[in-house]
Amino acid sequence: MNSMNVFSELEAESIEIFREVAATAARPVMLYSIGKDSSVMLRLAQKAFYPGPIPFPLLHIDTGWKFREMIAFRERIAEELGVELLRYTNPRGIAEGIGPFTHGSAYHTDVMKTEALKQALDLYGFDAAFGGARRDEEKSRAKERIFSFRAAGHRWEPKTQRPELWNLYNTRINPGESIRVFPLSNWTEADIWGYIQQEQIPIVPLYFAAPRPVVKRYGQWIMVDDERMPLEPGEVPEMRVVRFRTLGCYPLTAAIESSAATLAEIVAETLGANTSERQGRVIDHDGAGSMERKKQEGYF
Amino acid sequence: METLRFITCGSVDDGKSTLIGRLLFETKLIFEDQLEALKADSKKFGTQGERPDLALLVDGLQAEREQGITIDVAYRFFATSKRRFIVADTPGHEQYTRNMATGASTAEAAVLLIDARKGVLTQTKRHSRIAAMFGVRHIVLAVNKMDLVEWSQARFEEITGDYRQFAQALNFANVTAIPLSALEGHNVVDSAAPTMPWYHGPSLMQWLEVVPCGGRESAQPFTMPVQWVNRPNLNFRGFSGRIASGSIRPGDSVRISPSGVVSRAKEIVVWGGSVSAAGAGASVTLVLESEVDASRGDVITAADRPLEVADQFDAQIIWMSEHPLLPGRSYAAQIHSKAANVTITEIKHCLDINSGAHLAAKMLGLNEIATVNVSFDRPVTYAPYDDNRRLGAFILIDKLTHETVGAGLIHFALRRAANVHWQALEVTRAARAVLMGQQPRCLWFTGLSGSGKSTIANLLDKRLHAEGRHTYILDGDNVRHGLNRDLGFTEADRVENIRRIGEVAKLLVDAGLIVIVSFISPYRAERQLARDLFQPGEFVEIYVDTPLEECERRDVKGLYAKARRGELKNFTGIDSAYEVPEDPEIHLRTLDLDPVICVSRILGWLQP
Repeated sequence: MNSMNVFSELEAESIEIFREVAATAARPVMLYSIGKDSSVMLRLAQKAFYPGPIPFPLLHIDTGWKFREMIAFRERIAEELGVELLRYTNPRGIAEGIGPFTHGSAYHTDVMKTEALKQALDLYGFDAAFGGARRDEEKSRAKERIFSFRAAGHRWEPKTQRPELWNLYNTRINPGESIRVFPLSNWTEADIWGYIQQEQIPIVPLYFAAPRPVVKRYGQWIMVDDERMPLEPGEVPEMRVVRFRTLGCYPLTAAIESSAATLAEIVAETLGANTSERQGRVIDHDGAGSMERKKQEGYF
Repeated sequence: METLRFITCGSVDDGKSTLIGRLLFETKLIFEDQLEALKADSKKFGTQGERPDLALLVDGLQAEREQGITIDVAYRFFATSKRRFIVADTPGHEQYTRNMATGASTAEAAVLLIDARKGVLTQTKRHSRIAAMFGVRHIVLAVNKMDLVEWSQARFEEITGDYRQFAQALNFANVTAIPLSALEGHNVVDSAAPTMPWYHGPSLMQWLEVVPCGGRESAQPFTMPVQWVNRPNLNFRGFSGRIASGSIRPGDSVRISPSGVVSRAKEIVVWGGSVSAAGAGASVTLVLESEVDASRGDVITAADRPLEVADQFDAQIIWMSEHPLLPGRSYAAQIHSKAANVTITEIKHCLDINSGAHLAAKMLGLNEIATVNVSFDRPVTYAPYDDNRRLGAFILIDKLTHETVGAGLIHFALRRAANVHWQALEVTRAARAVLMGQQPRCLWFTGLSGSGKSTIANLLDKRLHAEGRHTYILDGDNVRHGLNRDLGFTEADRVENIRRIGEVAKLLVDAGLIVIVSFISPYRAERQLARDLFQPGEFVEIYVDTPLEECERRDVKGLYAKARRGELKNFTGIDSAYEVPEDPEIHLRTLDLDPVICVSRILGWLQP
């Protein structure tokens, strides 16, 4: 691949994947989580179809517990890029007032993310959904196909995944079945940051270090984003210079102490990091193989 | 920075996962929290006592961890200051040949692990053949567990000699042998391990950093399969795709294949503007100077170096499904961006992947590899796989389940397509139909033996004849006495049986007749194949629905009794499946209906 640097090769592959889905799926959608991977995915989708618009909508599964800055960023990007953005929240979750503090992180994630996602996909009849998952994130994802087949009911069966040879993707499905597509499969966390820096892609300010109100729980810095966060007896939020390596629901994603306030500093920090990015995700520590189990239930 | 994709082959016992775990560990791709999880896992599942078991970093799925084997293909990433690497870690056992093929399909190099105690095994040879077949050109023979043979130079040289002798016939671009210990980390990242002072070559990592990667496609003429036609408004029309070989500049003459239309590249559009050149591997959008027609599945090539177009090929395929490949059955296929239907017309020979011997075969089972003739239902633009993977590879897809069931590599085109042209007929099928005063059709009866197909078909034939219609009956038993007397009742023969009947019925329908076909025709795929031969509306599937117990009770020909006694093999309903039609045009439930009523139903459907 002469004259191609590492990003142009990754970029070319991702664009090929976007176009393949647009050419073959009846009703594709891009799952937009507002995080850095989604931001890269969004830019790649723009590139794939330029000068035309992105030929599918974006879908954000809103758990109601996203950082306020994330929601503000989402609205700004949707307006600036002129993309069709669908926002979906599980009505059962709203009706029953489900939240991470009252119901626990596992139940909250199950209802507000996994169940909500399945509801939204069924509601709109999407047959192909782009997700920003990467193979370097977690062990069970290392075996994930780029085109991940889901049986009726959105179930992921490790044993029935289709062999994926060359760049030939089998996009054929029967009614009720669907495909999750991961254009960033072969990107690493360092690639994502390097690309954001090269392309000057806008990202949520929470990724940059700034003084923020936090409390220490289970050895991790949890940001006090709004008044819904109940404080333990004796807990007093303190201002610390922190940032986020990964963004999810605010009480479930921990901040790290860091002074990296520019993209260059973040890239340098990422390359020298000695803990994985998912370390800040409370959900992954539920037990070995927990991600695999969640995936089988329909989590991304 | 360039990316090298490579595959690791070998079995669990050879220390493959340990080696990859070691590469990740040494390149600092293992984070502290992952190392902590590893220590916990090692206590639970580890095989290394108190030491962290590096293999557990790689074996992802829970079932695999518990059984201690690698089942699927896992992709791992690491990088040094020189290169970025994508490792496809694939299983070693023979029942996972397809998984290894998947990993090999995108790999440029292979790390072939050998246990120094065991030497070159049947498995080593199998993996080498698969790697060679899928176009992996660079091999490193990683002779592992040198610690368990006292770091013996003699043992290393013995193994290396054995392998080189075997590999000569496989035409790898280069084969390098490295003695190492994945467990101890000797010769993995740093060379000149003090335990093996007699070895002066590179470490595994050093080899991976310098082995040639990519580049072959860049030197070839320009080709780009059209993936998507970008037409956001009336003022813009571009052809999007990923360049499979060569490069393009504005002003270059191009040709659309297969139509042959020539134009010039006007602009190479990328995000935010255009570029002055683009090369192999880039995803671009081409705007051409003239308004030419091209669609997904076409290939844009350099005008003076067009690709060949053909519909029949000599190809090698690997079968990946539990259900056997049957010659004559129709499968969906994908070759670059082109979708088509294909049939395997002949299995030339099956490859014994362990010995390399050629064997005769009538069908192919899971993980079997064969050289075949494959027939596409439309002309496709291609290049031989050895020249270009992107233009010479195809996958086969089951038409009902949509599973990927096989993968193929084109060797060369069979010239038959160029020589056997369709004879343009002067008297058209429509003209024949008008002269006969009827609409030609194929009335296809399907159902169990003894369900009443022949009885109803014969009655229908009499009624139509009495009404002055021109008809003909193709009956299963009768055709088997002549045209199909060489066919038995195995699944493969049943497929061929139906294929021939379908073709004969088609000729008769072309001639203007109403053709009544009465065959058990137990498989959906073959009925679909027959249906696909006809124009829409010509093929009428009539399901004669009689429960098995009733057929067996009637047993007009005494066949069920024979089958039950085991004297008749592959009898439909007894030890061979009947796949019920999902959506027949006419469904006759004979328990409630007299044959005369059945015939009236059919006539009513035909002449509403």
